[in-house]
Amino acid sequence: MIDIGLGHYLTLGAIIFTIGIVGIFLNRKNIIVILMSIELILLAVNINLVAFSIFLNDISGQIFTLFILTVAAAEAAIGLAIIVVYYRNSSSIDVEKIDSLKG
Amino acid sequence: MLAHAIFFYIFSFVAIISAIMVTVSKNTVHSVFFLILDFISISCLFIMIGAEFLGMIMLIVYVGAVAVLFLFVVMMLNVAQQKNQWFSAKESSKHIPVGLIISVIIFFELIIVIGGWKYKPDLVSAMSLSIDKEISNTHAIGYVLYTDYIHVFQLSGMILLVAMIGAIVLTFRQRSGVKRQSYFSQISREKSDGVELIDVESNKGVKSDD
Repeated sequence: MIDIGLGHYLTLGAIIFTIGIVGIFLNRKNIIVILMSIELILLAVNINLVAFSIFLNDISGQIFTLFILTVAAAEAAIGLAIIVVYYRNSSSIDVEKIDSLKG
Repeated sequence: MLAHAIFFYIFSFVAIISAIMVTVSKNTVHSVFFLILDFISISCLFIMIGAEFLGMIMLIVYVGAVAVLFLFVVMMLNVAQQKNQWFSAKESSKHIPVGLIISVIIFFELIIVIGGWKYKPDLVSAMSLSIDKEISNTHAIGYVLYTDYIHVFQLSGMILLVAMIGAIVLTFRQRSGVKRQSYFSQISREKSDGVELIDVESNKGVKSDD
């Protein structure tokens, strides 16, 4: 318990990843919260990469965390732009009402 | 070592609680604030573990840019007061057990993977780019990022450029009925467009709408 090792960080990443999955599955009202859950999932991946990078003494994990950060920022920008356009067209971003594809 | 453990448990507890609050809070603005708290505590963990540069970049990029972007959109779209009530809505409560079951399965799969890693500690690390203890974390990242990963680095810059152009193109709206200046039509204006020479016959005069 006192000695913090790799397993602690990986468990923290697993818990946050699972919370992100739960947020995507159970949220049926607001699509912005789904985007925030995706950000949580990417954050959990970043935790795993940084923990492995530190404990295996290899700098590549932190480099890839940097790239994941870039992609997450781009994804948030594009996703929010799409949400703004959708809200402008249909004046609602409820997940229940976005059913044009009848999927 | 004890202080390290105490701070790890504090920060990870705050991170987990705020991650839960992101998904269950009723007000979307509160969700964004808990997301900010989550990012801050995770970046504190990064700084504590020895990845200072990434912790600081995380603060700048996530808290300073992404979370503020979320906040702007939530406040602009007027959805903050819509109830985020997946746990209390009756008609849509049948998907909750399925989601919980799938989440529990994913969590236990991840735990099994972590356990397998823990019982095989002598796994060979790649050791391709080992961290130099003499230089700082930022120096180490810079030495690798601008040499070995330069093409990927420039590709990520292209991704950001495409995202920027895409966001602008998606949200750009051409409004009709707004008078605006057009430099091209101003510069390309000829003398014949504005001035017309008319031969006036004597005793006839000129009507203005000729």
